[in-house]
Amino acid sequence: MFLFVVRRLFFAVVLLLAVSVFTYLLFALLPTDPAALTCGIHCKPETVLANRIRLGYDKPVLEQYWQFLRGIFVGRDYGLGQTAFSCPAPSLGYSFNQHACVTSLIGETFPVTAFLAIGAFILWMIIGIGVGAIAALNKGKWQDRFATGFAAVGVSLPTFYIGLLVLFSVVIWFQILPFPSYESPLDNFSAFITAMILPWLVLAVLSAASYTRLTRNGMLEAMNEDFVRLGVAKGLRLRVILLRYVMRQALIPIVTIAGLDFAGLLGGAIITESVFSLPGMGRMSIRAVVDSDLPVLVGTTMVAAVFIVAANVIVDIAYGFLDPRVRVSS
Amino acid sequence: MSSEIALQAVDLVKHFPTGSKGILGRPDKNVRAVDGVSFTLRKGKTLGIVGESGCGKSTLARVVTRLIEPTSGNVLLDGVDITKTSGKDLRRLRRQMQMIFQDPVSSLNPRHSVGQIIEMPLRVQGLLDEADSIKRVKELMQLVGLNPEHFNRYPHEFSGGQRQRIGIARSLALNPTVIIADEPVSALDVSVQAQILNLLERLQSDLGLSMIFIAHDLSVVRHIADDVAVMYLGKIVEIGPAQDVYSRPAHPYTKALLSAVPIHDPSERGGTGRIRLVGDVPSPIDPPSGCRFRTRCWKATDLCGAIEPPLQADASGRIVACHFPEETPVTIGKSPE
Amino acid sequence: MTENSVPVLSVQNLRVSFDTQDGTVHAVDGVSFDAYAGETICIVGESGSGKSVMASSIMRLNNSSTATTEGRILVKGLDVLSASEEEVRGIRGSEVAMIFQDPMSALNPYFTVGKQIAEAYVVHHPGASKHEIHDVVLAMMIKVGIPSPEKRIDEYPHQFSGGMRQRIVIAIALINNPKILIADEPTTALDVTVQAQILDLMMSLQKEFGMTIILITHDLGVVAEVAQDVIVMYAGHIVEQSHVDALFHAPTHPYSWGLLGSVASYGDNKRGGLLTISGSPPSLISLPVGCSFHPRCAHSKGEGSVCMTDSPSLRSVGSDGSRSACHLADDVLVSVGRRGFRS
Repeated sequence: MFLFVVRRLFFAVVLLLAVSVFTYLLFALLPTDPAALTCGIHCKPETVLANRIRLGYDKPVLEQYWQFLRGIFVGRDYGLGQTAFSCPAPSLGYSFNQHACVTSLIGETFPVTAFLAIGAFILWMIIGIGVGAIAALNKGKWQDRFATGFAAVGVSLPTFYIGLLVLFSVVIWFQILPFPSYESPLDNFSAFITAMILPWLVLAVLSAASYTRLTRNGMLEAMNEDFVRLGVAKGLRLRVILLRYVMRQALIPIVTIAGLDFAGLLGGAIITESVFSLPGMGRMSIRAVVDSDLPVLVGTTMVAAVFIVAANVIVDIAYGFLDPRVRVSS
Repeated sequence: MSSEIALQAVDLVKHFPTGSKGILGRPDKNVRAVDGVSFTLRKGKTLGIVGESGCGKSTLARVVTRLIEPTSGNVLLDGVDITKTSGKDLRRLRRQMQMIFQDPVSSLNPRHSVGQIIEMPLRVQGLLDEADSIKRVKELMQLVGLNPEHFNRYPHEFSGGQRQRIGIARSLALNPTVIIADEPVSALDVSVQAQILNLLERLQSDLGLSMIFIAHDLSVVRHIADDVAVMYLGKIVEIGPAQDVYSRPAHPYTKALLSAVPIHDPSERGGTGRIRLVGDVPSPIDPPSGCRFRTRCWKATDLCGAIEPPLQADASGRIVACHFPEETPVTIGKSPE
Repeated sequence: MTENSVPVLSVQNLRVSFDTQDGTVHAVDGVSFDAYAGETICIVGESGSGKSVMASSIMRLNNSSTATTEGRILVKGLDVLSASEEEVRGIRGSEVAMIFQDPMSALNPYFTVGKQIAEAYVVHHPGASKHEIHDVVLAMMIKVGIPSPEKRIDEYPHQFSGGMRQRIVIAIALINNPKILIADEPTTALDVTVQAQILDLMMSLQKEFGMTIILITHDLGVVAEVAQDVIVMYAGHIVEQSHVDALFHAPTHPYSWGLLGSVASYGDNKRGGLLTISGSPPSLISLPVGCSFHPRCAHSKGEGSVCMTDSPSLRSVGSDGSRSACHLADDVLVSVGRRGFRS
């Protein structure tokens, strides 16, 4: 098991390095000159040149990449003398559009994304697994048909459509909630909840759909297993059989997918954040695309990649705990 | 002498890499599924290969037909080494050697009609035009006891036994000289098993086929085989005429295996001298040193752990891989007649 | 021997059908039999004969949403089919226990074997102390022949071989000392040397615990080894019920006779040509009118005869106490003769 974890971590690091190379390469190969973007259209060539040197864009690509990589661990200083400034470790570069270190920009937007992700995740797991379990236990009855219908609709509806629909109906037509305006939960908790409740629900209900399917099918499959029949033949109570026998088996694929979905959300829920005007990492990324704010894009891509890779490692290790067969054979 | 040999396997080995170690996770172990197997199949005869699950008999079938590549060793079909041929020559050789599989359901494409299934080998080998091949298909269906009018039907419209007949017809399409049947009746009900066994026997004598018949069911093999090879953990422990192997097994494992077969008449109950092996077959990844059967053998000594007994003829001409072959004939479990 | 006592299990006119897309499958169609304390009854039949469905009905394990079950199954005076869920749960594992065919899939892969054996004990002994449970489980593991049980009690099913897993399943079945053990093809998935071990174990445990064994199998060799009484099933019906010696020496139903002749025996002379039953088992959705076996039967009297019109009922035939569901049972007995099927 220990060796398995070490090997897994080793590969994770290699993978992240590869992602960083790839992202940075894309960045360097883009036809846009990053230095030209540092000031407006009326920029003097001298300023562009100065900025280019200050940000290190005059160096060969390989060295730029090295500086970027180094910055993550030891921080990075830009320019000399009066105009000098530094982004402390872990530095992911400097955004000229926003005149800020990328790391601190991410630091501001990430909590919003994290709150959105955590809230929605909890809700969708409860809804998805709950509805799926009810469907499985009532196979063929109306509850099952309702759940299957819900899953089919939920999977096929796009977030931006449902998001806007909910926003219009709840906020504009019926005026049940004020227009969402994000506040930190530490400053104003009720405003925070008011702003988050709709995005949470929209994200949760739509994502729950596929979990409903997974849970239903996983449970039905498990209920046909011989070992579940043996559990019944032992005289165990239905509740025990469902929890220890059926759910235990059905949850394994769910854990895998939930881990990856959650990690994906942490990288930024682009559409949900945009629709509900949440100042999260997703909205920042999309704005960076529009503004050609390349350092921010590289930074957010790296952060998202870290979450995905970490989630993969965690899911793999969790597998070992959930399924003893994986634990021993590895 | 060599003209009487249809197929010969020489020191066949098949190892499957498995397990992993170190940061890069390269496989560091081998499942030694087939580990040095040699036998000869006589022309027009049936060689039965018996053994318990994991003994390597199914891998052996696949290696002999080169459905999987052997790790080492040779297979001579009519004196030609098929492990060294490729391309056209291999295709021509494959025509002579056909396989019948265990599961009649999964070995037939559900989207092809029976006619298409049986015709497929003819098409692949590009032998006949359409009219001739339909004629041939109907001929083959007749031969295996299917109604030729049903050539347009699909596999799901047939029962398990009939599906196995379809599989047999397909394997006969190219007029092979050697048939390799891998557990051809073990997925079938008893009454249907008997139909298929009778069919195989009839086809063999009518068409002069040589057959390798692989099964875990010793009674079935006894019924159909002229020669029998007993496998244990990737090796043949005993080989010889079926009559000898069944009535006077020389290897302790053969003896135990026969002794474990359920009796065929309740009046034989409580017979004395039945041998009950303890434990299970060891892992083929890490087989015991020396003789592989020694961990379950009641005769094992230090010699068995130190030196692996070669498969060779003993004083009485029996070919057996044992340091202490049996001498007493077994009477238990035999039908009184 | 125990003819006068009350049967431990009484199955009365059991009918089980399943609704499927293609129609209603009549898996078990009017089956009745009694089992007495300490005897071994083998139920033989091919796939689709209804033997496994019948066996699961005894513990009411069939899927209740698709299966329709009629008749009565009495265990200890309780009608399993009409009892409440809680009442049935009370006899499951304590009065009636079951062994399944495939030991590879019968154990929960997520818990140690010790825990799974303990679970079966605890559910019927709610007050048991940890210490007591541990001792009982360990003792049972020793009884079923698990080497070094102290170590293996904490291992997971996948760390055991097929034969060892079946021993664990047997340990689970016997931990509450049940009166009835239902074994559904308990050795079919096992190798022949392991099969012999497991059958020996079951028989010796039967001597020790005195339970009734109902063993479902398709293998007549297993029947010859262990059965006292044999029930032969075909297409959801009992076609013959006989003492094991009578069945093997003088079968009273053409199907039993065909089944016995189909078996390749390793004592046979080679190229004997096996006796076969022509055709294949009928669809359980639309059974043949009259005797279900008549389309495959060599004795059937053709068009308009009783075989084609009337469904035969089980009746006593001959002097061995056999019961046969064949209109022509007496003729069959005469034509087959003693051991006639061998030649």
